[in-house]
Amino acid sequence: MKLNRMIYPLVFALAATTLATTGCKHKPIGITPLPEGGSMVGQPGGGGTLPPGDQIGQGGGVQTQIPPGGGPTAEGDFNGMGVDRTALAPDTIHFKFDSSVIPSAERSKLVMVAEALKSDASAKLLVEGNCDERGTEEYNRSLGERRALAAREALAKLDIDPMRVFTRSYGKDKPAADGHDESAWSQNRRDDFVLLHPKPGS
Amino acid sequence: MKNNCINFLKISLAILLAVAMTNFASSQDSEIQISGFATFGQKPIPVSLGGFSGEVAQVLQFDLYVQGFSFVAPDAAQYQINGSANGDVTGSVTDKFARKVILSRAYTGAALRREAHAFADDIVFAITGKKGIGQTKIAFKSQPTGIGSGEIYISDFDGHNAQAITHDGAIIAAPAWVPGRMALYYTSYARGNPDIFYHSLSTGQRRIIAGYSGLNTGAAVSPDGTKVAMILSKSGSPNVYVCNADGTGLKRLTTSEEDSSPCWSPDGEWICFATKIQSRRVLAKVPAGGGEMHVIHTSGAPNPTEPDWSPDGKWIAFTSQTGEFDICVVPADGSAAPVVLVAGQDPSWSPNSRTLVFNRAISYRQVLSVLDVFTKQAKDVARISGSSSEAAWAK
Repeated sequence: MKLNRMIYPLVFALAATTLATTGCKHKPIGITPLPEGGSMVGQPGGGGTLPPGDQIGQGGGVQTQIPPGGGPTAEGDFNGMGVDRTALAPDTIHFKFDSSVIPSAERSKLVMVAEALKSDASAKLLVEGNCDERGTEEYNRSLGERRALAAREALAKLDIDPMRVFTRSYGKDKPAADGHDESAWSQNRRDDFVLLHPKPGS
Repeated sequence: MKNNCINFLKISLAILLAVAMTNFASSQDSEIQISGFATFGQKPIPVSLGGFSGEVAQVLQFDLYVQGFSFVAPDAAQYQINGSANGDVTGSVTDKFARKVILSRAYTGAALRREAHAFADDIVFAITGKKGIGQTKIAFKSQPTGIGSGEIYISDFDGHNAQAITHDGAIIAAPAWVPGRMALYYTSYARGNPDIFYHSLSTGQRRIIAGYSGLNTGAAVSPDGTKVAMILSKSGSPNVYVCNADGTGLKRLTTSEEDSSPCWSPDGEWICFATKIQSRRVLAKVPAGGGEMHVIHTSGAPNPTEPDWSPDGKWIAFTSQTGEFDICVVPADGSAAPVVLVAGQDPSWSPNSRTLVFNRAISYRQVLSVLDVFTKQAKDVARISGSSSEAAWAK
């Protein structure tokens, strides 16, 4: 009985040591939580019961009419701010295949983006991360987000408050170039920078 | 002395016979044995169909093929399936070895197609004792090939009776069923950002469950329907989170660099997902209540992604990415290396734990396909135009 009691902590300690040395200890640096943005239909804080779903195989047919509400935000709008896709279009940065590391050759563009944000304290930034077609869809959705976050982290090092920078991944759903070769793929592995301005009277 | 010699000879003969019989049995197929589980490279069960034509024959052939049966001449068949379809389906199954009728049934009250699926299910049950998948459903996304936006669809598992359940013209992704219910979670950019919606198919009502800044995607519902796993980047990296079905009670489970595609073990204890450890892409699992993550080894199938855990708990299907994509299956307990099956992406298991749906490329168009992993028999499911992908099989 006594032996068993001793064994447990020893086993736990051994397991913990093993896991600590083999587990993921590679926490990304410079990570800060994202700014809260956008109104949320059906706040999770509200909770409450979800609309019911009939048991599969029973009940009525599938309702394909969706009631209004929760619809798209106005065209050219981000959280009520005006969207400018052209100001920082030349500063789109490109990535190597399957990588979210910003190549050193691209870093000067980040300086330009930082300058634009420093020169207008009311402006914010949306970083759109994209991938080429060669990854699977959900893997690419995360990779695109990692690429956008990498730009956000780099801008933080250039003294841009991360709370001014929003990220959005498009995975491989918004290619910049059609085509199935490296020429197209290299254009698609990118972060696009979208400048956001408060709307007049807001 | 003489008796001992005779006994020795008798025992030797018995051992030789036993060894010979074992060898005979295992030399029938070149199967890949994986720690006592059902094997890959199995021969299909040979059956013969008689008396059916048109749509009913087509349904029976499709349903049985992707559940591990093949169609042969009557004298080569282990089971004879006869019947007719004049207005309604009637059919019988005869076990030719046992020489008895194991199923005899008449169907009524539904369209021929539906009756044929019901008959196929009864055939599978009569022969294997397992539940058939002929009357199951899938959800998937579809978009015009080369265009980013599309809609979420549901259909019969063979692609028939497809209907769009969204009409937003937005980028959509990752539909996931609530187990046993006519309700889905999915990702939609309808508001501009990727949000996770809960959508009741019975009422048509939907609600955003996760609409945080950054990425909200990859919803996966726990087997008991009470919790949802998802990928959120709100803390600064795409990680696995779990919350209640309505989005409350959010808890972060991982802090790794870049996670995607969570899926649940059927006992609800684990969440398996794709991740990176020191830039190496692996599959891992984490306790659903939180804790340390464990790597699931997939040597021989590099860059694993998009895992799905079979309902019987035994297998994890996933996509391996080399220069192309391959559907692979690995024992969930890590007891053997993965088996690479066919070219394709994003597998989802059917309730029978042997057939799965995935998508494959036909000249840049993505087409859904269903595959029986043990016989490798597969059929394309391409009923609507454009590219279909990210299928989820209702369970």
